[in-house]
Amino acid sequence: MLNWLSDHRASIAAVIILLLVIGFVYSIYVGRKQTKLRSKDEVFGDPERTRGGWYWSLCGISALMLVWFYFSWGIGRAYFPDAANEMCQIAKLEEAVSPIKAALPIGSRYYKSTTLVARNANQLAVIEAQLPTAAFTSDEQAQLTKIIGSTRRLLAVSSDPANQSQASRDQLTSLSSDIEALSAKLRQGPGDRTPSAEALAQPRWGTTHIEIPLLPETAKGILFDEVAVSAKEVAKTFNKIRNNPPANEAIIAETRAEIDAIKAANKSGSFDEDTAATRNAYVKSVERIFKRLDDGHIFPAASLDGVNAAIADLDDAKGEAKGGLGIVDALFFPGDGVVKSRTQCTEQSSGRWLPKPTDVVATFFRLANPDIESGGGFKGTTLLWWKWLPIGDVFAFFTPDWIADILPGEYARHSADGTVTPNFKDGVLAFAQGDINLGSVPMLDGHIWDSLFRVLVALGLGILLGVPLGIYMGVSRFFKSFFDPLIELYRPVPPLAWAPLILTIFGIQDDGKIFLLFMVAFAIMVISARTGASGTQLTKIRASHSLGASDGQILRNVILPNALPEILTGIRIAVGVCWGTLVAAEMLAGTTGVGFIENVARTVSDYELIWVTILIMGLLGLAFDLMMRWVIGKLIPWRGKG
Amino acid sequence: MADLVSDDLCMTFTNPQTGAAVEALKDINFTLKKGELLSVLGPSGCGKTTLLNMIAGFINPTSGNVALGGNVIEGPGVERGMVFQQGALFEWLPVSKNVDFGLRMKKTDKAESEALVEKWLDIVGLQGFGDTPTYQLSGGMQQRVALARCLVNDPDVILMDEPLGALDALTREKMQSLVLELWKETGKTIMIITHSVEEALLLGERLFVMAPRPGRIHKEYNLPFAERGLKESLRDIKQDAHFSEVREEILTMIWNMEEEIMGRA
Ligand SMILES: Nc1ncnc2c1ncn2[C@@H]1O[C@H](COP(=O)(O)OP(=O)(O)OP(=O)(O)O)[C@@H](O)[C@H]1O
Ligand SMILES: [Mg+2]
Repeated sequence: MLNWLSDHRASIAAVIILLLVIGFVYSIYVGRKQTKLRSKDEVFGDPERTRGGWYWSLCGISALMLVWFYFSWGIGRAYFPDAANEMCQIAKLEEAVSPIKAALPIGSRYYKSTTLVARNANQLAVIEAQLPTAAFTSDEQAQLTKIIGSTRRLLAVSSDPANQSQASRDQLTSLSSDIEALSAKLRQGPGDRTPSAEALAQPRWGTTHIEIPLLPETAKGILFDEVAVSAKEVAKTFNKIRNNPPANEAIIAETRAEIDAIKAANKSGSFDEDTAATRNAYVKSVERIFKRLDDGHIFPAASLDGVNAAIADLDDAKGEAKGGLGIVDALFFPGDGVVKSRTQCTEQSSGRWLPKPTDVVATFFRLANPDIESGGGFKGTTLLWWKWLPIGDVFAFFTPDWIADILPGEYARHSADGTVTPNFKDGVLAFAQGDINLGSVPMLDGHIWDSLFRVLVALGLGILLGVPLGIYMGVSRFFKSFFDPLIELYRPVPPLAWAPLILTIFGIQDDGKIFLLFMVAFAIMVISARTGASGTQLTKIRASHSLGASDGQILRNVILPNALPEILTGIRIAVGVCWGTLVAAEMLAGTTGVGFIENVARTVSDYELIWVTILIMGLLGLAFDLMMRWVIGKLIPWRGKG
Repeated sequence: MADLVSDDLCMTFTNPQTGAAVEALKDINFTLKKGELLSVLGPSGCGKTTLLNMIAGFINPTSGNVALGGNVIEGPGVERGMVFQQGALFEWLPVSKNVDFGLRMKKTDKAESEALVEKWLDIVGLQGFGDTPTYQLSGGMQQRVALARCLVNDPDVILMDEPLGALDALTREKMQSLVLELWKETGKTIMIITHSVEEALLLGERLFVMAPRPGRIHKEYNLPFAERGLKESLRDIKQDAHFSEVREEILTMIWNMEEEIMGRA
C-alpha cells in the first residue's frame, strides 16, 4: 500500500493540487459572500470580526500549500512528469558545449583571445616599468627590454588575421560546419526514436536519492542526448585548435635563446644573495609571460566569428527543438531549471532545497515505519514506537551504586571450592545496577520520545522545584532577596551558551541535556510563580487572615491558586523555550532525538529529511501549546475575572 | 462583656523616602458596646480605613491600643470579621467554598459546615447558588457572599469598609435592609464605614463624623433611625423631617471640612 502510494506520488499530487485550487477558489467565494453579509452588523474594530471564518483558514492553508507545491516543483512534476528527464538531456547538451561557449562572447561576453591579449599586454607594461636597474648590467637591461618587446610582438602577430596559420583556419571552418550539422539535426526533430528498455526501467523522478532519471525516456530527450554526445566530441576538437602563425616562429626561437642566455649568466655569475634573488625572480616573471604566448592560444578576433555564430544558431535550434517544454520550464520550474553535473541531473534553486510535499510525507512514513530491519526508523532507532523496558533498569536509575557500598559487611568472595555465594550486599548492588529481573513494562521509544522525555523530565523537575521557590520568593523578603541575584545572573545567558560547559560536566547523554533544559524551565517557573504569588491582592490576604487561616493555609489556599494562571502561562512558555533549546542541544551532541536527525540530515544535505524534522518539531510544539491552552481553559476559567 | 474599646489610639505613617509623617489618626477614644451598630463618616483621607484596619489587626498603632472584651488587639482574628468594598472573594472557588472558607481552615466537621453554609446562603438570599463560580455573580450578590463568608465564622464584631459603595441605588437599598436585619437577628457589634450620609444615618445607631489632619472623631451622634428601619420602610424614614435635618447638618459639616482641606492644599 505504502509502496504503491510512494510510486504514484506524482499522480496523487496532481489530484491534491486540483483539490487545493478548488478549495482556494471556493473559500474566496464563500469568504467574500460572508464579508458582504456581515458588513452590516459589525463595525471595524469589533472583536467579533476575528471569530470563526473557517473559509479564510481554508484559503490561507490552500494558498500556502499551493505555493509550497509550486516552488518545490511539485506542480511541475505532477502534471509534466517527463519534463525533468527531457530537461536533463538538454542540460547534457548545455554541459557539452560549455567549453566552447566559455571561449566565445556568447558564453562569457569577450573572446578568450581578447581577454588574453588585454591581460598579457598589461602585465608586460608593468614588468617593463619594474626592471631592476641595479641588478643587471646595462647590456643585460637592453637585452631584457628586447625580450619584452619581442613578446609584445607575439601578441600583435597572433592577432593579425593576415598572419593566421592555414591549419587553424581550416580547423575552425570544419568545426563551424560540425556545429551547424548538430543544429540541423536538432531542427529535423525527434522523429520516432524509441527509448531503450534500460531507460524505461529507471526509477521515476524523485522516488530514489538520484533525483532525476539520467537516460532519455522520450523521443525528444533521445535527440538531445545524441546531439549532446556529438557536441562533446566537437568541444574536444575545439580545445585542441591552435593558431601558430609562421611569422611567430623566428621570434619565438630567437627570444627563447636570449632568455636562456640570461638564465645561464644568472647561474654562472657570482652575485651577492639579494642581487641573485632579484635577477632570478625578474627573469622568471618575464619567461612566464613569454611561455603563455608561445603556444598559439591567441586567435584573430574575426577568425572566431564563424564559430560564435554557429553556436548562437545551435542555441536557436535548441530553443526550437525544446518547443513547449520551454514554456513549461519557465512557468512550472521556477529558478534555474535542471543542471547536469558530472554524474547526475539535479534540480536547482527552490526545487533543490524545498522538497515536494508528497516527498516529505513519503520520507516521514519511511522514518515512522517501526520496522528497522526493512529500512524504517533512522540510524537504528524508530521515530516513535514502544519497547519492553525492564523494571530493574528503572529502579537502577534511581538507586546509586554507593547505597550498596555503605551497607555494613563485605562483598562476597569466592570460597575454597571455587564457588561464589552472593550475600545481601551483593543483592543490593545487583539491584542498584539493574541486574535483577523484575519483569518488564511497555515503554515508549524512538527519536521523538527521546526528545519528549528530555523536555518532560526537565520541565517536571523545573516545576517541582521552581514553583515552590517562586512562591516563597513572592511572599518572603529573605527568599526574594537571597535567590534573586542568583537566578537573574544565570537566566539572561542564552541556554546554548551554557551547553558546552554542561555537556562537558554531565556528559552528552540524557543527563546533560536534561540539566540544561532544567535550568531553562527552572528560571521561567521561578519567575512566573513569583510574579503570580506577589500579585495576590492584599484584601484577599487580609480577608483570609480574618477568616482564621494560618500562614501555611494562606499559602496553599489563597496564594497558590492566585498564582496558578501565571504558573500555567509559565509552563506554556517553558515548554516552548525548552523545546527550542533541546533541538539545538541535540544538534551539538548525542545519538538520538529529533535534533540529532536534523543534524545528520544537515551534514548530508538531505533537504527532505531536514524539512521532515522541521515539520515534526513544529507539529509537536503546536500540540504542546494547544494542550496547554486547553488545560489553562479547563483549570482556570476565572482567569482575568477576579 | 465583649466591648470594643479604643484607648488613645494614634497612627502616624512615615514615608520611608522623604521622612514626611502623616498623622492618620490621633487620640481616638471610644467604647462600642456589644450589639451596637456604628457607622463612620468623614471626608476622604480622614483615616476611616486606617481605623478599621487597626481594629481588624492588619496594622499596628503607633501608640495607644484597641481592645475587644479586654484583650488588646495584636493581629487579625476570627472574632473580628471583615467585609471589603470589593468582595475580595476567592474567584477560583464556587460560592459555597467561599462561604465555608473559614470553617475549612478550622477543619470543622463536613456535615456541620454544609448545614451552616446552607443556612447563611439562605439568610443572604443566595439559596441554590452554592455551586456557581463567584465571577458569574453580580456585584450585589458578590457582596452578599462576602457577608455570608464573614458571618458563617460567627465573629463578635463585623467590620465593613464601604461595603455597599460599588452598588447601584436599588441594590444598595436592599442591602441596607439586609444589614439591618442581620444586625437585629444576630445581635452582633457592627462597624460600618460609608461615604453616603444617608446610609450612615440609616445604618447607624451611633454615628461618628471624623475630621482629617490629624484624623480624629469630630462629632458623635446617637440616632433612632436604625431602630426604626427594622420596622418601617427605609424610604419613609428618608422623608422624615428629623432625618433631613441631621443629614443637612452633617453634610454642611463635611462640606466645610473639605473646603478647609482644599483651601489648605
Ligand atoms: N500605608 C500608608 N502609608 C502612608 N500613608 C498612608 C497609608 N495608608 C493611609 N495613609 C494616609 O493616611 C491617611 C488616612 O488614610 P485612610 O485610607 O485611612 O483614609 P480614608 O478615610 O479611608 O479615606 P477614603 O474615604 O478615601 O477611603 C491618608 O492621608 C493617607 O494618605
Ligand atoms: Mg478608605
